[in-house]
Amino acid sequence: MAKPEVDQSKRRFLVAATAGAGAVGAVAVAVPFVSSMLPSERAKAAGAPVEVDISNCETGVLKTAEWRGKVIWIVKRSKQMLDDLPTLNDKLSDPLLEVDQQPEYCKNATRSIKPEVMVLIGLCTHLGCSPTPKFKSAEGDMGEEWKGGFLCPCHGSKFDLAGRVFKGSPAPINLEVPPHKYLSDNMLLIGVGQDGKEA
Amino acid sequence: MRERVNKCLTSTVAWIDERFPLTANWKTHLSEYYAPKNFNFWYYFGSLALLVLVIQILTGIFLTMNYKPDAGMAFASVEYIMRDVSWGWLIRYMHSTGASMFFIVVYLHMFRGLLYGSHRNPRELIWLFGVGIFLCLMGEAFFGYLLPWGQMSYWGAQVIINLFNSIPFIGPDISLWIRGDYTIADATLNRFFAFHVIALPLVLLGLVVAHIIALHEVGSNNPDGIEIKKHKDPKTHIPLDGIPFHPYYTVKDIVGVVVFLMVFSCVIFFAPEMGGYFLEANNFIPANPLVTPPHIAPVWYFTPYYSILRAVPPLFNSQFPGVVAMGASVVIFAALPWLDRSPVKSIRYRGGLYKRWLTVFVVSFLVLGYLGTEPTTVWGTFDKHLMLLGGADRATVAARFCTAAYFLFFILMPWYTRIDKTKPVPERVTS
Amino acid sequence: MKKLFLILSLLVPTLVMAGEGGDFPAAPINMSDQASLQRGAKIFVNYCLSCHSASVMRYNRLKDIGLTDEQIKSNLMLAGEKVGDTMTVAMDKSEAKGWFGATPPDLSVIARARGADWLYAYMRGFYRDDTRPTGWNNTVFDKVGMPNVLYELQGEQRLVTAPDESGKPASHLVLDKPGTLSTAEYDMAVADLVNYLVYMGEPARAVRTHMGLYVLIFLAFMFVLALLLKKEFWKDIH
Repeated sequence: MAKPEVDQSKRRFLVAATAGAGAVGAVAVAVPFVSSMLPSERAKAAGAPVEVDISNCETGVLKTAEWRGKVIWIVKRSKQMLDDLPTLNDKLSDPLLEVDQQPEYCKNATRSIKPEVMVLIGLCTHLGCSPTPKFKSAEGDMGEEWKGGFLCPCHGSKFDLAGRVFKGSPAPINLEVPPHKYLSDNMLLIGVGQDGKEA
Repeated sequence: MRERVNKCLTSTVAWIDERFPLTANWKTHLSEYYAPKNFNFWYYFGSLALLVLVIQILTGIFLTMNYKPDAGMAFASVEYIMRDVSWGWLIRYMHSTGASMFFIVVYLHMFRGLLYGSHRNPRELIWLFGVGIFLCLMGEAFFGYLLPWGQMSYWGAQVIINLFNSIPFIGPDISLWIRGDYTIADATLNRFFAFHVIALPLVLLGLVVAHIIALHEVGSNNPDGIEIKKHKDPKTHIPLDGIPFHPYYTVKDIVGVVVFLMVFSCVIFFAPEMGGYFLEANNFIPANPLVTPPHIAPVWYFTPYYSILRAVPPLFNSQFPGVVAMGASVVIFAALPWLDRSPVKSIRYRGGLYKRWLTVFVVSFLVLGYLGTEPTTVWGTFDKHLMLLGGADRATVAARFCTAAYFLFFILMPWYTRIDKTKPVPERVTS
Repeated sequence: MKKLFLILSLLVPTLVMAGEGGDFPAAPINMSDQASLQRGAKIFVNYCLSCHSASVMRYNRLKDIGLTDEQIKSNLMLAGEKVGDTMTVAMDKSEAKGWFGATPPDLSVIARARGADWLYAYMRGFYRDDTRPTGWNNTVFDKVGMPNVLYELQGEQRLVTAPDESGKPASHLVLDKPGTLSTAEYDMAVADLVNYLVYMGEPARAVRTHMGLYVLIFLAFMFVLALLLKKEFWKDIH
């Protein structure tokens, strides 16, 4: 009984086709498993935008809120604080806001929507500690030149009242401005921006 | 280009081979493992069992990422997976369907053994490892079933662990030790989680590896029950009726896998509850220690053994004989290599006695399985005026009859396999 | 041998039907009728959520049945929660047990536990019974602790016991006082509610069946390829 010739090219084709289809199937099966590790609906709900009422905010006093497990700082800045901001530009690492640490609508001199209301994520961009507020005071423990801002106790990074990082700080970039918008004059919504974006 | 890639691959493999028996094992277990060329439909279920094991481990790992083994959170965490976790419902259904498919595949795999004498010399150890795997699988399923913490989970576990109470003298202490509390409680759930997620899977994997190593040591049986190693090519020493597992059986098993996945997908996507047999309706009610469901039944794959447990009447007010019978009905499989005294292995060459007894065994197993899903009153009672049977549950009588038949299949085997008229066995395999 | 096995395997599909139905007439469920599901959601939120929770069902999941976050917030959320919250209940569990004799169960998966047919019969099976603390009893769930919450819509039924044709005692329900809906309208409302409960029991169901088709088509294609591959190699053997 003569054995028919083995059609090698047909075999190679079939092996390749089956392997290819199998690979597609394998990737398709992998997708649900990998996706299951993304934030669940429960995590997304817990990370949903947070409303903050700023009607009782006093000028120059730090108000904190929480969004997605991160501390949010809100400060009503005085006219003096706002006037001081441009004078600090040559002491800052990134005065022109070249690094994207703020939404488009906050890429301005005060890094905010309303000039007098500062909204920042209160986590140092070095290694994540929460800096201490150091507003300008009579004691002057920050020195004569200090116009008010934040000092990180962990490694000494300094930020101004718009969250901009000072030169010489271990932190490389400015504090992050979270996406936010105003629902009304006194109601802030942290977590989603004017542009509808959540990041 | 292809030359360069090939050279790179070859030298990498050579580097590994100097340090690890990669090519040697590839040859021994795949490309130069010679399996009989006449494997039929019944031979798919070994590789399918391995596939289901992998599926269960993979889906199990991802379920463990979100499941909470706490009595107050378990039920809700399963619903969390079903609703809030991206694709969680799919992973859950794969795991619940996989559990039932595991038993279907394993029962068919065992049946193949009964058909072709895969338990006979020199394959007794493969068979014993297999019985070990089966026992571990039953344990794994039992522990896993408590985890959703539904009514059936809770009360099924309660009933089965209470069986240990019937062990003379030490029973109640053993039950207490297993439970870790005076009733099925959070402590029980947590330890069953540990058993289900890591302890038994490790033992299962070890036994599966041993099972395959033992198989490869002696070589596979085949539907004719003859030893292909008896006739080897004088020059190459390759069995004349053997073909390399790779590529022939790898390619054939891929077809088997695809067909299995089609059946698997039909269930997962269109009938994951399978009429209440794969996911029981009562298990969608959170466990309530104060309310016993009207009808507690184990999951379908345990029902034959549950039937046997119920069929054996109590002795001296103890349910212990039933417990012993239930345990014996599983463990007796281990004795098979020594009970079977037939000069031939495969059913193809056995006489009518074995075929009839095997049919009786299978029918009894299926009837017992059905009866185990129902209360004992399902077939009503015999007329009061009948002698002996008067007033007895018909289902209980049937279960007793089937239990007797089940055990007689094994107990009488040394006798009927010896006297059975066998047919002459061929020298070389047939199709 | 093979024939026996084949016959037995053909009986497997009967298992799928084994768990369904029971003693109740089939409930008119239509999972693709989004209008019905939305009406059912409204009944559920208005009548059921005051005593029962559905603590694993998120409000914003209702986008499955064609509602926007805004619609959900304005029509279905009565207590100022966030749209991502779950359907929890204000009633204290132990107080409820004191008032009704049993804690009203969470309804998230009630449709998977009891089945649509049971629920459909149950919600239409309430009748006046002055021997009960709430004044209500139910033909499907005897001595139930739940009153007929939908009585304004259904009206009040009475249980009448009379021997049937063969002389055996049989009972049936008679509408004593009509409600704001006719019997046909009430049955439709209950159908909407049960439809919603079935959806809420498994929100992924629609996706599941939809995906299944694509998976099977892909596997059929793979089957053909795998079979061709097998046959090609096995030419060596035959």
